[in-house]
Amino acid sequence: MARAVTTQHKVIATGAAWIVALLIFFPILYTIITSFKSEQEAIQGFALIPSGTFESYTEVQAQSGYFKFFFNSVLLSVGSTILALIVAVPAAWSMAFSPGKWTKDILMWMLSTKMMPAVAVLFPIYLIFRDAGLLDSRIGLMVMLMLINLPIVIWMLYTYFREIPGEILEAARMDGATLWGEIVYVLTPMAVPGIASTMLLNIILAWNEAFWTIRLTTTEAAPLTAFISSFSSPQGLFWAKLSAASTLAIAPILIMGWFSQKQLVRGLTFGAVK
Amino acid sequence: MKLRTLTLGLLSASALAFAAHAESITIATVNNADMVRMQTLTDDFTKANPDITLNWVTLEENVLRERVTTDIATKGGQYDVMTIGTYEVPIWANQSWLLPLDKLGDDYDAKDILPAIAGGLSVDGKLYAAPFYGESSFVMYRKDLMEKAGLTMPDAPTWDFIKQAADKMTDRANGVNGVCLRGKAGWGENMAFLTAMSNSFGARWFDENWKPQFDQPEWKSTLQFYVDLMKADGPEGASSNGFNENLALFQQGKCGMWIDATVAASMVSDPKSSKVADKVAYALAPDNGLGKRGNWLWAWSLAVPAGTQKADAAEKFVSWATSKHYSELVASKLGWASAPPGTRTSLYANAEYQKAAPFAKMTLDSINAADPTHPTVKPVPYVGVQFVAIPEFQGLGTTVGQLFSAALAGQSSVDDALKQAQDAATAAMTEGGYIK
Repeated sequence: MARAVTTQHKVIATGAAWIVALLIFFPILYTIITSFKSEQEAIQGFALIPSGTFESYTEVQAQSGYFKFFFNSVLLSVGSTILALIVAVPAAWSMAFSPGKWTKDILMWMLSTKMMPAVAVLFPIYLIFRDAGLLDSRIGLMVMLMLINLPIVIWMLYTYFREIPGEILEAARMDGATLWGEIVYVLTPMAVPGIASTMLLNIILAWNEAFWTIRLTTTEAAPLTAFISSFSSPQGLFWAKLSAASTLAIAPILIMGWFSQKQLVRGLTFGAVK
Repeated sequence: MKLRTLTLGLLSASALAFAAHAESITIATVNNADMVRMQTLTDDFTKANPDITLNWVTLEENVLRERVTTDIATKGGQYDVMTIGTYEVPIWANQSWLLPLDKLGDDYDAKDILPAIAGGLSVDGKLYAAPFYGESSFVMYRKDLMEKAGLTMPDAPTWDFIKQAADKMTDRANGVNGVCLRGKAGWGENMAFLTAMSNSFGARWFDENWKPQFDQPEWKSTLQFYVDLMKADGPEGASSNGFNENLALFQQGKCGMWIDATVAASMVSDPKSSKVADKVAYALAPDNGLGKRGNWLWAWSLAVPAGTQKADAAEKFVSWATSKHYSELVASKLGWASAPPGTRTSLYANAEYQKAAPFAKMTLDSINAADPTHPTVKPVPYVGVQFVAIPEFQGLGTTVGQLFSAALAGQSSVDDALKQAQDAATAAMTEGGYIK
């Protein structure tokens, strides 16, 4: 029997959703507000109305050029996502359509690598990067970000692919499709929504990654996370400048997330309810 | 056609020759006013050295420390010049991680560096880092509130006087706290202050055999005095306050006294940011008549890591950035008050600097009053005034800082905090092989 949804329930649910959403968004909102305050205002205590000064933005831009870091962020997040998809699509395909005895274990093992604290492997990774000449290189960092996010990408794609009936692929094979043709011309077009949301999520994860992007770069490959990090000061007021740097760093990804929220939500909830 | 090919060839060859000759050095630094200012003035260096280009990496202090430590320990060679403090220099020099600075040039005048600072940056008589700016700590106080309290601050106050003045200046109804001190946990935060303070109470971190000394009466009197003083006259939530929080409180007129870095003087006396700029005066850090004052010594310094391939260019830059010429350059562009303080004797002999920086004499006296090689009343096996220059100190200092911060917040008693500090220090020293 379907449960009756009254107007009162709807109002309560909507109100609760708004409150939760505002609570989650508030730190970001307050960062944006603080970025329009002077340093003195920023440290004077809680206030939601800023004086509206742009001085922090001017200083931030004068101190460190934003666009070089922005360009690196775009390159690293998009590049690592493309690399991840190149590896993950065939991997997820094989696990979804030709599962073996150990498929589940392999999937769990891949996920388990995300449970390890990154700092535990800092030295080995740093030495590998040093010896391979990859320190402060965009290619090296792209590979690193790809590897970090690969378990999540494979898991998401695996979940999508499992929803696609195997019979369609069989029919393609009957029609003479090769393995490559099956993946590229049959599976991928059907999974476009899933691949798109996986891509978006991976771009966000790579954009926000701060541990490796700060530690494996110096000047050439440093993305916006390094840009933000440079505005914290041990002696002197810096809240407004730090907020301006953070706002500039999160703005592109926030805008992208806003326009693609449908795909993101669909991607994150896909397969959760059958 | 041939001529064009030849011209292009010659141009390419000369471009290649220049590219091969040009050196690019990477400098890792922290974000503070003096360092940011230096980045805007580097044209002077690159004009004189057109074959050297400079790349800057500015990082948050703790991230910088972690990054440069990783790089130097693995000989990653990512940085050619590193900004490090007096804590790292003796440890890293002993590990042969730094190059001795013996090519700073004939006109560098290394003897002009303040002896206390040079002592903190040298190992076996060799300079391993050149100071960019140096600081000690002293008392900054409100002349108007002191007058209202009917007291006169001596140039060299005792802790008893500080307590008496703080009690009289505290006016919580009007938001005035008698004294603001660091309470935020961290080896460079509350422990910098408390370790320096403990020196003036006759305490020490370790005895000559590296046995921790938190179970001794000197530490008990230090911590008890600090907690009692802050409870009676300190700001609310003091256990979360570090340099920046206290700076904001003082600038807003909410502190009668603030004992902290001498570099803060230029900030509290700046009318653009401080409401009390014309009411501030300075005194030496307090003592207890035992021969040591409660002031520290720190210098952000430029060092050249042993792993660099560009040592000559790096040392040239270090020489420029820490030279007398650089101070004069800053003065000519921004005025003498902006010259990096605390590094050179000649700066303090300069009448124009003294005029522009009324806190100059007290800063110099404070720096001279600190002795990193003999920091305590009783003998110790370590160097460092507000730290112990051993690799274990970062972790241990922060652990003890958390315990003392909890005592200030009232989450534990002074006795419990000291007992736990003694246990933590004993465990760390045993694990480190200092205690057999």
